[in-house]
Amino acid sequence: MAMVTKRIPCRSIARGVAQGKVLISHDAISFLGNVDPKTGIIVEREHDLYGRSIKDRVLVFPHGKGSTVGSYVLYQLSKNGVAPSAMINIESEPIVAVGAIISGIPLVDRMETNPYEMLEDGAIVKIDSQNGYVEVLYE
Amino acid sequence: MYLTKEEERTLSGEDGETLQKAIEILVALGDIYGADRLIPIKSAQIAGVSYKTIGDAGLEWISDLEGKVKVPSILNPAGMDLVRWNEMGITPKFSQKQQKIIAAYEKLGVTPKCTCTPYYLDNFTLGYGDHVAWSESSAISYANSVLGARTNREGGPSALSAALIGKTANFGYHLEEKRKPSVSVTVECNLSGSDYAALGYLIGGDVGSRVPLFFLQNEPEGDELKALGAAMAASGAVALYHVDGVTPDARKMTFGKPDENIIIEEKQIRGVYDRMPDEAKRGADVDMVALGCPHCSADELAHIARLLDKKRVGKDVWVCTSREVAEHYPQFVDKIERSGALVVCDTCMVVSPASENYKLMMVNSGKALAYVPGMCKVPARFGSIEDCIKEALKGSGDTDGNGN
Repeated sequence: MAMVTKRIPCRSIARGVAQGKVLISHDAISFLGNVDPKTGIIVEREHDLYGRSIKDRVLVFPHGKGSTVGSYVLYQLSKNGVAPSAMINIESEPIVAVGAIISGIPLVDRMETNPYEMLEDGAIVKIDSQNGYVEVLYE
Repeated sequence: MYLTKEEERTLSGEDGETLQKAIEILVALGDIYGADRLIPIKSAQIAGVSYKTIGDAGLEWISDLEGKVKVPSILNPAGMDLVRWNEMGITPKFSQKQQKIIAAYEKLGVTPKCTCTPYYLDNFTLGYGDHVAWSESSAISYANSVLGARTNREGGPSALSAALIGKTANFGYHLEEKRKPSVSVTVECNLSGSDYAALGYLIGGDVGSRVPLFFLQNEPEGDELKALGAAMAASGAVALYHVDGVTPDARKMTFGKPDENIIIEEKQIRGVYDRMPDEAKRGADVDMVALGCPHCSADELAHIARLLDKKRVGKDVWVCTSREVAEHYPQFVDKIERSGALVVCDTCMVVSPASENYKLMMVNSGKALAYVPGMCKVPARFGSIEDCIKEALKGSGDTDGNGN
């Protein structure tokens, strides 16, 4: 793993600063139904992260989908200590945005470089949504 | 998005964590949808109430908040009648969780009136151009379309945030240019009563989240517009519609007729009444008749009371309304309940788990027809209010649903 420092500007949706290992999903996520709120494990068989834990990861996914109850599920994940440390969307929508804010999980979208082109599973990144950037620390 | 000094202060956390989160939600949604600023609201109607829908996740979040709402705020229907839950077949465990949710909202200064028809409540009226943050889909449609007020489709947390801040982000249906129609719907036959629910049920999918402008043969009344809007918001995502020459925006604003025109004929409307779920084709009998989706108005209660007067129902019948309307009209409630039907307050057939106990439901609502099969796992048939009462009287010896 090589140390690098690349700072990519992005849009801030939920404020906060966090650091963690990237977990990439190409599928939209419905937090209600796709994720077990007790364990943070993706339980939807059709999902590309099926069986993986999102706990403490910087979760990269295109956008949320499904029921608005998903916002509360993010809160539950957070209270159970199994929430992602931060989230990066291509384009955020209200369910994940609201869920991230009420749970205190930093959320950004619209990175100036497409996260799917520059981030890989396991890379270590810092999300600073106070100042609006994603910083790649190790890749 | 522009924020005042006071709003910046709240966002920086100087007014406490609850208000900080609340304004952060409003600002995030405003940024996502391109709002220029926050605007004051007159009232809030907050979704995320039934324990069946929000579960422990929602209960935990609401319970952790602190502070008081800044504008009159009420709630969406709960999962049960808050007083007579036992008569509906609700378990004590569910009841306990539901009461906790209501108490958590009350602690925040929210009035625990649980209804999808807030516009019938005393001191909750709306005027043309009033900005509000409502979140029950049929109430949103009625506020925007029939009353000419302005609201987006708020989610539970965003409506509560708006209530706590007393403002909402200025985008979408708060802006005049976003209220213009983008599709026409021409109805070629006369409509009355539940025909409007059938029309809404039919058209919602095609209209999606656009703003339709209706050209009708005759002039609908308030309850008919309520049924139309509720059905379209359920089978589609319609938050605002106009009826040429009838609804307030259609009379006050000038907009052209959209190019795309959907034509609806009488046989399509009739088709909704004739639709039979597989269970009914296989001979299943209706074992529950549910009226009041959205919650009954005083006129609708009076009509049902007339149809059930001195009759006896042979099946379970729910007549759903708000507690306040029921309390204002005890004479109608009394007549309805003497027939054996139940006047259910604070809840409805869609959000209460008690409706899951039935095999086949009959409804006069396009919204219930759209939601009951998926959300309650109960197949549903559609009929007029008279058809529904006729069905309700079967098996009791009183087979005449016309009040004769």
